[in-house]
Amino acid sequence: MASVRVLVGTRKGAFILMADGKRDQWEVTGPHFAGWEMYHLKGSSVDPNRIYASQSSGWFGQLIQRSDDGGNSWEPVGNEFVYDGVPGTHQWYDGTQHPWEFNRVWHLEPSLTDPDVVYAGVEDAALFRSSDGGHSWQELSGLRKHGSGPLWQPGAGGMCLHTIVLDPSNAGRIVVAISAAGAFRSDDGGTTWQPINRGLRSEGIPDADAEVGHCVHNIAISPARPGVLFMQKHWDVMRSDDGGDNWHEISGNLPSDFGFPIAVHSHEPDTVYVVPIKSDSEHFPPDGRLRVYRSRSGGHEWEALTNGLPQENCYVNILRDAMAVDTLDSCGIYFGTTGGQVYASADGGDNWRAIVRDLPPVLSVEVQTLP
Amino acid sequence: MTIRVLLPAHLRHLARVKGEVELTIDGPITQRSVLDTLEAAYPMLRGTVRDHSTKQRRPFVRFFACEQDLSHEAPDTPLPEAVVTGAEPFLIVGAMAGG
Repeated sequence: MASVRVLVGTRKGAFILMADGKRDQWEVTGPHFAGWEMYHLKGSSVDPNRIYASQSSGWFGQLIQRSDDGGNSWEPVGNEFVYDGVPGTHQWYDGTQHPWEFNRVWHLEPSLTDPDVVYAGVEDAALFRSSDGGHSWQELSGLRKHGSGPLWQPGAGGMCLHTIVLDPSNAGRIVVAISAAGAFRSDDGGTTWQPINRGLRSEGIPDADAEVGHCVHNIAISPARPGVLFMQKHWDVMRSDDGGDNWHEISGNLPSDFGFPIAVHSHEPDTVYVVPIKSDSEHFPPDGRLRVYRSRSGGHEWEALTNGLPQENCYVNILRDAMAVDTLDSCGIYFGTTGGQVYASADGGDNWRAIVRDLPPVLSVEVQTLP
Repeated sequence: MTIRVLLPAHLRHLARVKGEVELTIDGPITQRSVLDTLEAAYPMLRGTVRDHSTKQRRPFVRFFACEQDLSHEAPDTPLPEAVVTGAEPFLIVGAMAGG
C-alpha cells in the first residue's frame, strides 16, 4: 500500500509525519535540528529517500542538510553561497541602493530527473544550483543580472526568491518568484531570464502594471497541464494560460484575495486551493474562521471548505510554502499554520483534521507519496 | 600546543562532539589559527562561526576566554597565555540575543 511522508519545517526544527495511504493514523518524528529555523525541506521525486533541508539561525547562519534514507539520518553538505561576480545593489526599503547580501535559503527544489541536482532560492534574491547533491553551489546569475535587478526591493520578509517551479514537460523551463520583484522565467535551464508579469497590477507600487516590482507570494502548476500557472499575489489570485506570458485575475468571489500559498489538485488541473487572509496588515483569516477555498473551474468561482477547520477565534497565518498535495487517487491536501497545526484532508478538501498540533510556527509543508 | 575549545550547544551537536574539543596547533595561537584548525577538523562548522570568504566573525557569535570578551580583538592577536597552555578553554558563544 502506498504511504505518505509529510515534511514540516518550523521556526524551531523539522518534523516528519508518516501515514499509510488511508492517511488516518500519523506517526510524528522530530524535532530534527531542534532550535534551528527550518525554512524548507523537500524530497527528490526521482529518489524519494533523498531529502534536502534548509537549516538556518540568526547566530550560526545557513546550513544545508541532506538525507539519503528518508529523513532517518542527515549529513550537512555545502553551505557556501557566493554570488557570481560583483553582486551589485538593489533597492532598499528607503529607496536607496543596497548591496546584495546572502541571508538564507528560503526554498530548495530538487530536479525532476536527477537526484543530485537541486536548486536553491535565496535571500537576497538569487537562484543557485548544485549538481553534486548539495556539496557545492553555483549561482544562475543570468536571473539577477538580466537587467531589472537594481529595481528589485525587499518585501516585509526580506528580498527572497521563495518559489521555484520546474516544468515536467520542458526540461529547460524554470519559473521563479521573488518578493518584491515578481515572476521570472527561463527556457534554457536557467541561463537567461525574462520577467513574466504582464497583467499583474499592484496598487502599492508607483506604476501599478510595471514590468517588475510586484510582490508575488506563490506560484503553482499542475503536472498534468504545466502551461497553466496559478499565482497568489500579495493581493489578487491570478492565472496564466501561456506559461506566464500573460496573467488574468481569477479572485472571483473570494472573501479576500490576499494570501500566501496556492496549490493545484494533483489530478484535476482546474481544481485550485487558496487560503484567504484578511489583509496585508492583518495576517489572519477573515472573521477568525479558517477556510480553505477551492475552485473547480480554474478560478473565479470558489467554495469555502470548513469541515474540521476552526470556525471561530482562529487568528493563525498560513505561509507561502506551507501547503502541498499528495498524488494518491483521492488527492490529499495539507497545510501548516503559524499556530503550529498541520491540517490534512484525504478527500480533496471536503473534510479536514489536524494531523499534528502545537508545533512551533510552521514555515513549510511538503508531501511525498511513496510506493 | 593543545588548545581547548568549547563550542555552543548547537555547534557541538552539528559537529557531533561532546564537551570540549582539543586542537593541536603549531605556531602562533590566535583566533585565526584556532578557527582555521577547528574548521579543518570539523568542516561542517565552516560558515557557522565566521563568514566563508571574508573570515569575519558572525555578528551574533562571541569569543570569550579567561573571563574576557575577545570578540573585537584582531584575528592575529595572540590569545591569552592560559589558553595557549591549555589551562583555560577558548569559548565560542552564541550571543544572548533573539530567540
